[in-house]
Amino acid sequence: MALSGLEIFKKLPKTNCKDCGFPTCLAFAMQVAAGKVGVEKCPHISEEVKKELMEASLPPILKVEIGAGEDSIVVGEETVLFRHDRTFVNQNAFAVTVEDEDEAGRIEEVARRVNDIAYERVGEVLTLDAVCIKNKSGDKDKFMEVVEKVDSLTKKPLILVSKDTGTLKCAAEAFKEKKPLIHAATVDNVDSIINITGETGCPVVVRGETFEDVRTLTEKMGNSGIKNIVIDIGTRNFKNDFYNQIVLRKSAIEQKNRLFGYPTIVFPGEMTDNILKETLMASVFVAKYASIVVLSNANYQNIFPLMVYRQNIYTDPRMPMQVEQNIYKIGNPGGNSPVLITTNFSLTYFIISGEVENSKVPSWLLVMDVEGQSVLTAWAAGKFVPEMIARFVRESGIADKVNKKELVIPGYVAQLKDELEEELEGGWKVVVGPREAGEVPRFLKEYVAW
Amino acid sequence: MEFQVPKSTYTGIINLVKLGRGDATVSIGGETALPFYTFEGEMPNRPIVAVEVQDRKPSDWPDVLTKYYSDVLDDPVRWAKKSIEKYGADAICLRLTSIDPNGEDAGPDEAAEITAAVRKSISKPLIIYGTGPLEKIAEVMNKVSEKNSGENILMGWVEEDNYKTAATAAIKYSNNLVALNPLDVNIAKQLNILLTQFGLSSDKIVMDPSTSALGYGIEYCYSAMERLKIAALLQNDKMTQMPVITDIGPEVWKVKEVRESEENYPEWGYQEERAINWEAITCGSMLLSGSDILVMRHPGAISLIKEFIEELM
Repeated sequence: MALSGLEIFKKLPKTNCKDCGFPTCLAFAMQVAAGKVGVEKCPHISEEVKKELMEASLPPILKVEIGAGEDSIVVGEETVLFRHDRTFVNQNAFAVTVEDEDEAGRIEEVARRVNDIAYERVGEVLTLDAVCIKNKSGDKDKFMEVVEKVDSLTKKPLILVSKDTGTLKCAAEAFKEKKPLIHAATVDNVDSIINITGETGCPVVVRGETFEDVRTLTEKMGNSGIKNIVIDIGTRNFKNDFYNQIVLRKSAIEQKNRLFGYPTIVFPGEMTDNILKETLMASVFVAKYASIVVLSNANYQNIFPLMVYRQNIYTDPRMPMQVEQNIYKIGNPGGNSPVLITTNFSLTYFIISGEVENSKVPSWLLVMDVEGQSVLTAWAAGKFVPEMIARFVRESGIADKVNKKELVIPGYVAQLKDELEEELEGGWKVVVGPREAGEVPRFLKEYVAW
Repeated sequence: MEFQVPKSTYTGIINLVKLGRGDATVSIGGETALPFYTFEGEMPNRPIVAVEVQDRKPSDWPDVLTKYYSDVLDDPVRWAKKSIEKYGADAICLRLTSIDPNGEDAGPDEAAEITAAVRKSISKPLIIYGTGPLEKIAEVMNKVSEKNSGENILMGWVEEDNYKTAATAAIKYSNNLVALNPLDVNIAKQLNILLTQFGLSSDKIVMDPSTSALGYGIEYCYSAMERLKIAALLQNDKMTQMPVITDIGPEVWKVKEVRESEENYPEWGYQEERAINWEAITCGSMLLSGSDILVMRHPGAISLIKEFIEELM
């Protein structure tokens, strides 16, 4: 995608004037290539070169913003096919559908859930992103009424779906301040939609069943200066649309095909009537390249696993996920409850806390910040060693919460026992726990029975 | 002008592994493109669902799961039959929970008897997984392999520092082995090299990348498996071309998001549907990253995944 530092350098004045704030033109070029500074910081390049460089440095999939204000969402900007190459950039949005024929109660419930659902997990809060309103009735007034209603209930972005261009025009004009996503431009109405989006500035979906149709539409829009485009491709057949998503992403990234270099939207609820199957299909599109996944429902049992999966797929594969250093209470521990220690690698924490919970033995779990490494890795790296563990235990304040001053350490670092006891002082005893998390429940039950 | 679909050129192929014998034979592997990328290459054999059966009645399965097996939980033979006839199992994965020295500590002979009894009663391939320390599992696999000589079963598992006993038995009695690696491409390769140098044919090996559940590190597994497939197919690295088994049941069914009721966590929604989603999404993710055998538990998740495979093939 982007140009290399040297390619950018060639286009610069090479005067090392420092007006950009960097010591040399080469240093500046490197920073531009790394995406850390914009090329416009150089006051001496021509408009033409500036435009060329700015276009070349755009990501292969353009960024599109939907909605306005704090709750607006940004999608696109992806640069790779595989998450092990580089972290996926903007996590996909989840939208929930209401139809203008739905009862008021359902519309209110969906809006409420889109506003309120918030799952806290590994230091992040997982939320829904948008409401998709479908003009199922075909009636303009009815649609406008429902859009107004939803708009009054939520600040989250809206996706407005209608087959009628007049209806879309009316809605886009009425709500243009909120920048809803307009669905959709097709080969039949593209000229009118170009006018609507040109005037309102709303982002727009292009809808085509084939690559050729989509390409025709994005080209036409691009020529009219419209770039805030989202692609809706396919026939609502799972295999076909799975294939479409992969081909679009490959084409944008490997072939540098700008005509497909836009975020995508999928509707798994239109591929099946089975709500669990829809959830499974939605998860596939989280991993395989959709930017907006529109769901038919906001049922907790479907939303929750999907949001956890999205968080998993979009984490930085090079950075271990971390949990906060803290004393975690499991159950309702008291002065004589066991005190266990582990590291803040989130997998370690999740697995250990889950097993402690399974044991039904209320416990204190000390989680020590070792930059997100597992117990053995942290020990090998000198971050989970007696002196540091003792300091953490002292500063944690756990001594004020318990009478029984015994610390259970992971079995894999059993060799730390004696030295840690010395370092801890204050009458602490160190107990060696099991090596594997799965053995924790049995260990805890026996330990408290002593 | 018609759009030219971008296609990757693959040079490698996943090993074709046959499990079972006679009418019970099922083939896995043989892919020449990334999973379900059928526009780029072949996927001659669909991934299979191995339904988990245990040799002792499980004590830690929640009601939303046991209710489907309540009449067969204390009889692995009937349990296996029901899983095939009623829930569409493509294979049976018999987990020998009795052999764990921390539990019942049953001996290898008994485990071998049960294994043979289950195998004789089904017309699908049999997979076994041990429990407990590797020394014990190796000892059990040795007997199980002897007792199922020539039956071409798949036995789990061996690791880098303990493979010789089991590999000897697998070679001698013509069975297959699961090679376990801790989410690590290099260790996976290393173990495959050790096993093949020891004399086990590379089409007798299935890799287990130590699956984790949705929300519990599934992304590490997803990426490790993608990297394995890329090495196998794009770089034609022979020692990464073994098919993959993902042992999903135990991972999914121990997490609290699956085990807790809606009364305790109303904001998580209905437990059974949530649990089905949890297992199905985990399986879907493993299929996309290259699993050839899924070890599963809930009939609802099994039927979703079977349809999913059918539609994407």
